[in-house]
Amino acid sequence: MKELVKSLPDNRESSTALGFWIYLMTDCILFASLFATYAVLRNNTAGGPSSHELFELPFVLTETLLLLTSSLTCGFALLAGLRGHKKQVILWLVVTFALGASFLAMEITEFSKFINEGAGFDRSGFLSSFFTLVGTHGLHITVGLFWAALLGIQIAIQGINQVTSKRLFLFSLFWHFLDIVWIFIFTIVYLMGVL
Amino acid sequence: MFGRLTLEAFIHDPITMGAIVTPVIGGGALVFFILYKKGFKWVIEKLQWLWKEWLTSLDPKKIGVMYIVVALLMLLRGAADALMLRAQQALSAGDAHGILSSDTFQQVLTAHGTIMIFFVAMGLMFGIINLIVPLQIGSRDVAFPFLNSVSFWLFVAGMVLVNLSLVIGEIGATGWLAYPPLSGIKFSPGVGVDYWIWALQISGIGSLLSGINFLTTILKMRAPGMTFMKMPIFVHSVFASMVLVAFAFPILTATLGMLSLDRLLGMHFFTSELGGNPMMYINLIWAWGHPEVYILILPAFGIFSEIVPTFSRKKLFGYTSMVWAIGAIAFLSFIVWLHHFFTMGAGANVNAFFGIMTMVIGIPTGVKVFNWLFTMYRGRISLKSPMLWFLGFIVTFTLGGVAGVLMAVPAIDFQVHNSLFLVAHFHTMIVGGVVFGFFAGITYWFPKVFGFTLNERLGRYAAYCWIVGFVTAFGPLYVLGLMGATRRLDHYDASLGWQGLFIVAGVGVCIILLGVVFQILQFIVSIKQRKQHFDTTGDPWNGRTLEWATSSPPASYNFAVIPHVHTRDAFWEAKQKASKESSVHYEDIVLPRNSSNGVLIGIFAILLGFGIVWHMWWLAIIGFIGVIIVIITRSFQSDTEYTISAHDVAILEKRSTL
Repeated sequence: MKELVKSLPDNRESSTALGFWIYLMTDCILFASLFATYAVLRNNTAGGPSSHELFELPFVLTETLLLLTSSLTCGFALLAGLRGHKKQVILWLVVTFALGASFLAMEITEFSKFINEGAGFDRSGFLSSFFTLVGTHGLHITVGLFWAALLGIQIAIQGINQVTSKRLFLFSLFWHFLDIVWIFIFTIVYLMGVL
Repeated sequence: MFGRLTLEAFIHDPITMGAIVTPVIGGGALVFFILYKKGFKWVIEKLQWLWKEWLTSLDPKKIGVMYIVVALLMLLRGAADALMLRAQQALSAGDAHGILSSDTFQQVLTAHGTIMIFFVAMGLMFGIINLIVPLQIGSRDVAFPFLNSVSFWLFVAGMVLVNLSLVIGEIGATGWLAYPPLSGIKFSPGVGVDYWIWALQISGIGSLLSGINFLTTILKMRAPGMTFMKMPIFVHSVFASMVLVAFAFPILTATLGMLSLDRLLGMHFFTSELGGNPMMYINLIWAWGHPEVYILILPAFGIFSEIVPTFSRKKLFGYTSMVWAIGAIAFLSFIVWLHHFFTMGAGANVNAFFGIMTMVIGIPTGVKVFNWLFTMYRGRISLKSPMLWFLGFIVTFTLGGVAGVLMAVPAIDFQVHNSLFLVAHFHTMIVGGVVFGFFAGITYWFPKVFGFTLNERLGRYAAYCWIVGFVTAFGPLYVLGLMGATRRLDHYDASLGWQGLFIVAGVGVCIILLGVVFQILQFIVSIKQRKQHFDTTGDPWNGRTLEWATSSPPASYNFAVIPHVHTRDAFWEAKQKASKESSVHYEDIVLPRNSSNGVLIGIFAILLGFGIVWHMWWLAIIGFIGVIIVIITRSFQSDTEYTISAHDVAILEKRSTL
């Protein structure tokens, strides 16, 4: 095991990993701007529905559990990659993809429900900032899903080599990062919105 | 099919028409002249050369030159805008209404501000960084060469969009930061604000990627032995500036995104109805905008910190304090943004905090000014044109800084807020600070990049004209501001007695334009006379840092042997010791291949932006999918690098030292 780990490049040391970390931090600031805007606008319901009336915690908790589990399976994919098990990597990527896609499906369901109830993004400042903050996270998840699919195809064709193992590492960073952002959304938007 | 785009978008008032037709006719005539003189085949060959050697290049030196060329062209456009604004204000008193309609005047104003900051100052900055940072840290390349090309082409895409707005449609009449609710769909229903948003959004993402790229480059690719406190001071300044880019530009992306959602989807972030909050926009845009000012000025500080020691024949005074000053400025630049809107009503305590922080930022800046002066003290100063720019800078910048500290007092700011006093202040910082710095840098490093020095006499004339013209143009604005003249004024009452001062300011701009003419002449004459001014040593100014250790121009790989650094002024030390290494050992060098993908991403980004501006959704989708496909294709390419063998390096090096 240890020898196998050594034979693959240590991604933590590479420029690409550092550059990607810096990118993630810039993304963090993008989310911070959206969080700040949400914090300012969350009570500006303009007579429309408020967070208490809209959010359903059990539904969001299911979403959260799906995403957290997908982070776990993404970690399994990375570990399989370090051991050089191509088939396992693809298997865990497929599971990660499925969990991420179900999360996204639930989010879209929630959005369309709100819009049908007359609580669309153009109803009030609160709803604009809600849809944009949560939607931006959803957009990132969508990008992540495409990336996972592409990575799976690349690994199926090229096997696990320096390039693909590096990309697997970067993808896992990205996916865990989205998980962390979601935890903040769950706490600040949903929990604080209902409690 | 064409969304909002109708034939009316091509119809403009006579002044705008003139501004479109003149360059088109001029450019067309030039193309015909070249075709007539040289023939069709020659032109095709040259275009192929341009494509192969430049447009698709991933060499940071070439990307840097392209940045600077684009930025200098945009400087001409921005200066033409400035001339129109000055002419309008000089003429438009009392019954006279000048040459521009109110709406056109406001549009020209937006274009001037946007172009000068985003496509001139940022372009010059990234150009110089691309040219010099890899050389100064003793590296062969940047960390992500392909990403660098993408950044450049996104910058070009933004530039194209902002200029397209002149021909097709309009640009927002909202000023360079497009405050809502004026910039909302209700009060600006046209395409102008959308052009502004997407030009900035696209080029801003390019800047962000560049920031990430150069942070990684500086952290990971320094020559062995170059610890953080042995880095050249210019690299320090760029590092701080890029940290600010990484922190600030995501805020711009988010803010522009929200404004765009307001306009496109009818959201209510910044509207004045249904719970929107326009003040949030102003906070967010300045949380980016104030660091942006320091993103520009820090590298200019760095350039002067290289020039002053070189032309004073002394090492930089107070290197350590300089580094800490840069760090302090970078940190403080994030906690002063509210001084742009003291009058918004945040309350006395909040205003006091931001006022004091703004004054505090003057301390590290003062440290830098004194360090430069002490570097010159008892030095053997040679007053070449880079030093002239420095002298112009140190006087105007200090005066502008004093005006800034003055305005940092909230009580005084209430008097001069949004007046021409403010306009004069920030032009003093941006022109007298940033632009003078970049011009000095271009003069200083030109021989390194092209292998011959610029004409010194014409350079001096240009510097004199810029400095004199600058004082003449902006001195009166300070006075006018104190007399009560507000910014963005297209007409005023004759009885106010302002016209004389406005005319003086107009004369000042003409003197600056004379300086620009001298600069153009300087390039032409220098290229013609290059044979007399070849830099055969690679070190024309008796420099101190590593970029002078290579040949001029440097080989594509910068350094045949990566230097080992022991002291701060690595090259100076090496020259003093003059130890000739007897046996040089060359290695294989791996460099990135050219790639057309960067250009393609730029083109698709233009389609994307243009499609959104005009609500031509099919075009926007084509642009978006195009960008994605190019990125995916790139990720499947494996043969992206080539190797120069050690043997070939030895041959190339022998040739260059002959």
